[in-house]
Order: sequence, then C-alpha cells, then structure tokens
Amino acid sequence: MPEGSGNGKKGLAALLDKERLQTALQALKAKFQEDSKAFQKPTKTDLFKSIYRVKHDETPRSRALGVLTNVFLHLHPAKINRDAVAYNYTWGMGGITFYLFIVLTFTGTLLMFYYHPSKVVAFRDILYLEHDVPFGKLLRNMHRWAAHLMIITVWLHMFRVFLTGAYKKPREFNWVVGVILLLLTHLLSFTGYLLPDDQLGFWAVTVGTNMARATPLLGHDGPLGPELGMTAFNDVRFALLGGSIVDSNALLRSYIWHCIAIPIVISTFLVVHFWRVRKDGGISGPAPVVLESEIKPERKL
Amino acid sequence: MDWHQLWKIATAEDNIPITALLGLVPFYTWYGLRQAFANDRLIAQLEANPEMAKTHHRKVQPYKPGWAKEIHVWPFLLRIELLAAIIVTAILMIWSITLNAPLEEPANPNLTMNPAKAPWYFLGLQEMLVYFDPWMAGVVLPTLILAGLAAIPYVDANPLGAGYYTFRQRKWAILTFCFGFIGLWVAMVIIGTFIRGPGWMWFWPGATWDHNRLVFEANRDLPDLFGITSMWAKGLLGVTVLGLYFAAAGYGFHKLFTGSEFNRKIYQRMNVFQYVTLQALLILMMLLPVKMVFRLVFRIKYVLITPWLNI
Repeated sequence: MPEGSGNGKKGLAALLDKERLQTALQALKAKFQEDSKAFQKPTKTDLFKSIYRVKHDETPRSRALGVLTNVFLHLHPAKINRDAVAYNYTWGMGGITFYLFIVLTFTGTLLMFYYHPSKVVAFRDILYLEHDVPFGKLLRNMHRWAAHLMIITVWLHMFRVFLTGAYKKPREFNWVVGVILLLLTHLLSFTGYLLPDDQLGFWAVTVGTNMARATPLLGHDGPLGPELGMTAFNDVRFALLGGSIVDSNALLRSYIWHCIAIPIVISTFLVVHFWRVRKDGGISGPAPVVLESEIKPERKL
Repeated sequence: MDWHQLWKIATAEDNIPITALLGLVPFYTWYGLRQAFANDRLIAQLEANPEMAKTHHRKVQPYKPGWAKEIHVWPFLLRIELLAAIIVTAILMIWSITLNAPLEEPANPNLTMNPAKAPWYFLGLQEMLVYFDPWMAGVVLPTLILAGLAAIPYVDANPLGAGYYTFRQRKWAILTFCFGFIGLWVAMVIIGTFIRGPGWMWFWPGATWDHNRLVFEANRDLPDLFGITSMWAKGLLGVTVLGLYFAAAGYGFHKLFTGSEFNRKIYQRMNVFQYVTLQALLILMMLLPVKMVFRLVFRIKYVLITPWLNI
C-alpha cells in the first residue's frame, strides 16, 4: 500500500476506511461477474477441457472422438453397422453378463468388509450381515441373484453366438476364450457357494469335491489313482480342500479363489475376449446372407 | 397330486433361476429360430431369383438406398447399453428385495442333507452320476464338454451362416448343439432340480417327497445277463460291446452326416483330423443317452467291468 493513501489514517483504521472498502468490494464484484461468465459455458473452461480432452458438440467427428478418447468407452468402435443394434440379433447377453460381473465385483467388495473366512465366525458374519448391517440383507441377496443371473446370461450368450455362427472365421479363437470364461464363471460361482458356511454350501461342496477324488490318475478313488500312490492326503481333492475333509482350510481356499485368484484370471480373459471382438472385425453381424452357390473353394495349406 | 410339494420346489429361492430357465430357454430358442426362418425365406427367394441376389442388401432388416450403413456408437449403442444396465439393475433390485438368499443351518458334517444337491448349474453333472461313476460324470465328461465346445469352430467346416441366423444352411450344427445344450444340459438341470428328491430318487412333479420311500431296482451288470463270472471274460465282453458301440455309432453318424447333398460337400472340405475329432466327440456325447436307455429300460448298471474302472 503506497504511503499517504487512506486519507492519512494508519493501521487498522486505514483498513476499515469505508470508501476504500467500497472501492475494493466493487472491484471484486466486477471481477467475480466477469469470471463467473465462464459458468455459462462450462465446456470452455480449462477445468472441463483438462478432464474431457476433446470438444463435445453435435458433429460426427466429435461423436466419434467422444467414444475413442474415453478409456471406458474405447472398447467400442466409433461407428457400427446400423443393424447391429437390433436386439433380436445380439439379445444383449454378452453385455449384460459383463454388467453383472461389475455388479458382482461391487457388491462382493462390500461383502468382504463384513466377512471373515474363518470357520469360527463365517456363519455368524452372515447372520450379522442379514440382521444388523444396514442393507446387509439386500447386499447379500443381490450378490447371490446376480451370480445366478450371470450363469444364465452366459449360457444364453453362448447359445446366441452359436446360433448366429459368430464363432466362424475369423472368430474361432475368441469362441475358445469364451469357453474358458464360461468355465471360470461357473468356478467363480461354485467357490462362492461354500462361503456362508451353512448346510447348503457345505453339502454342495462336499458333493462337488467328492467327484475330484475320483479323478483318473490323480484321485485316490479314481481309476489307477491308488496304483499311482494316491491317498486321501495327497490327491487332487486334498489340494482343492487343503485337507481331507471340507473344513477351515477349504473355507479359506475357497475364499481366496473366489475373491482374488479367479477374479484376476477372469478379468484377464475378459480383456482378451473384448480385445479380440474388436480385432476380429467387431460384432459378427447381422451379416448379409451368403448363398450355397457362392461358397468359395477352400484354401489348402 | 401334492400341489404344496410342487409349489415348494418351484418357489425355493435357489430354484428361481431354473424356473426362469424354463421360460427363458424356450423363449430364446423360439426367438432365434424365428429369425433363422425369416432369413431362410430370404435365402430361398434369392436362390430362386439370381437378379434379385445381385442387387438385394441381403438382410431381413429394412434398408433403403441412401441410408447410412453405419451409425454412431454414441449415442445409438451407448443409450441401449445404459438402458440395459438400468433394466438389469431394476430386476436385480426387485428380485433382491422380494426374495432372500437361502441360508440353512450352520454346516454340520454329521447331519447329511437329503437330498444333498450341487449348485443348480452343476445338477447336470450330478444327474450324470446316476448313469456313470464319478470319474466319468464328474471329471471326464465335463472335460469332454469343455473340450468339445472349444473344438466347435475347428470341426465345423461349413462356411455358411457366419453372422446371421439360419437353420437351412446349418441344420446339422444347430440340431446337434440344441440336442446337447437343451436336451442333455438344460433338461438334466431341470430334472435334477424338480424331479430328483430324497435319495436322488425320481419323483414326478406333484409327487410327495417321501423320505421313507424305497425303490427296489435290481440293477445288473451286462456280463450278469450272460452269466459271466470270470474277470477276464467280463473285461473282454465290455471292451467288445464298447467297441461295437463305437463302430456302430461312428457308422451311424457317418451315414447321417453324409446323408444330404449339402453335407457331402462340407464333408469334402473337412480334413481327416477334423472329421475324426467330430466323430469322437459325437460318439462320446451319445454315450450319455445310450447309457440312460441301458439303465432306465434294461436296468443295466455297468457295461464294461475291470478291476480299475467300470463304465
């Protein structure tokens, strides 16, 4: 502050001078009005541009960039066949399956906050979840029903892909990846079955893993298993359960497979699956029909 | 007719997905085939009229010259995805609010559940346990199912029907898949859920699940029918019968497969490995229905008996 301003007053008195205060306030108001004009066009602000990277307007280029420059959407192409959005072609089952996977990851993570994979408290945790945790029952219900629904949508997705011949050249390998995902989806659901540690899960897993002891060569009850030295304490069932009976180790193993190992593996295969959909030329159809007379002679090696 | 029992099974919380399957699988089969037949009519039209085949856009979906062949993903696909997500979320919300996930008593190894059932999606495998030993039903057959599914693109030499529904051009493939998926998998899941009661016994829908029911089924092994007692002779007989089955089924499939003009053309395109794999998978798949007939009609348990394994 230059010397001598403020009508000769000094210190606190100068700061509280009415006139000066008014001038300063007016300047601030003018600046506020000027700067807040930016809110009328939020898309022009540096903040907005820093988040979205490209302009968004009604031009085809902008619509394409909106998909291509977004990490969540970039698995989509910018444009697709006009008929490919027809529900009667895709049934939407693959997409719904993936959405259910996201729902399951979300609800599953929340469930993990309330659950200990220990024989002592696992069942009590479920009771606690059902009766004391706010929305705990809804959370558990949703996790279970989404899991069941996901199995159904995976089956129907496979059925649709088969019926449309979408596994044919050049998509053969992606079908194989899909079969692996089908298996992993079932294993994911199965490993979750034991976690409530109730009679239902216990006996279902007992039935399931009893089959493992009959594995040929690797199970102590399977063909040629005993001949190879398999016992209840070193065979494939023992490896699955971490013991010879379904007990605390089985609970822990099933928890780790369910919450960590299989989700990581399945996510990896999902990435490959989606990536291959794009690399193999996008969604398979609806393609123009080909007539029998137009079959090209096959190429021999 | 025990309506209460029927209601109890159909509305058990964990059985809701199978009740849903009862509707969903027939619906989507019809939905897919309806479009297959629509495409087939178009194919027949185009085949009859080569001039039309040259100019037609070759889809049942409407098309007019001047229409853009491609549309933007944003917003035309993304809005559908958002809508689907909202609908699925709504369904899940309502489902989760109205129906509780089952929770039985704490696990108790000393108290066996009867019936002790696997999760519903594995009931097909559990149902196979009736007809095969666990090493077959629980390990070998599931492995074969997965291997067979994975092999489909590599053994299907038919180049037609890629990317559109059709029945006419892929009769063999579609009938085989539907037989496996609906007839052998979904149907077994439904049997395992609705029909198998205590002791894994067969209870028709509406019959009371009687825990004290006894069934006197004198199951025999095939060699018993011929009074064979020697282990060597049993093994030999079993191998012979299995060999005969493989030969007969293989011959039958060959006749069936090369039965039509079109399939013979496809057969010409297949290499020997493709054909052998296809045959092996079909023969092994048919083991299940054949064994079912053996068991249900002739009361035969094992065909092949050896000291190590029985089939």
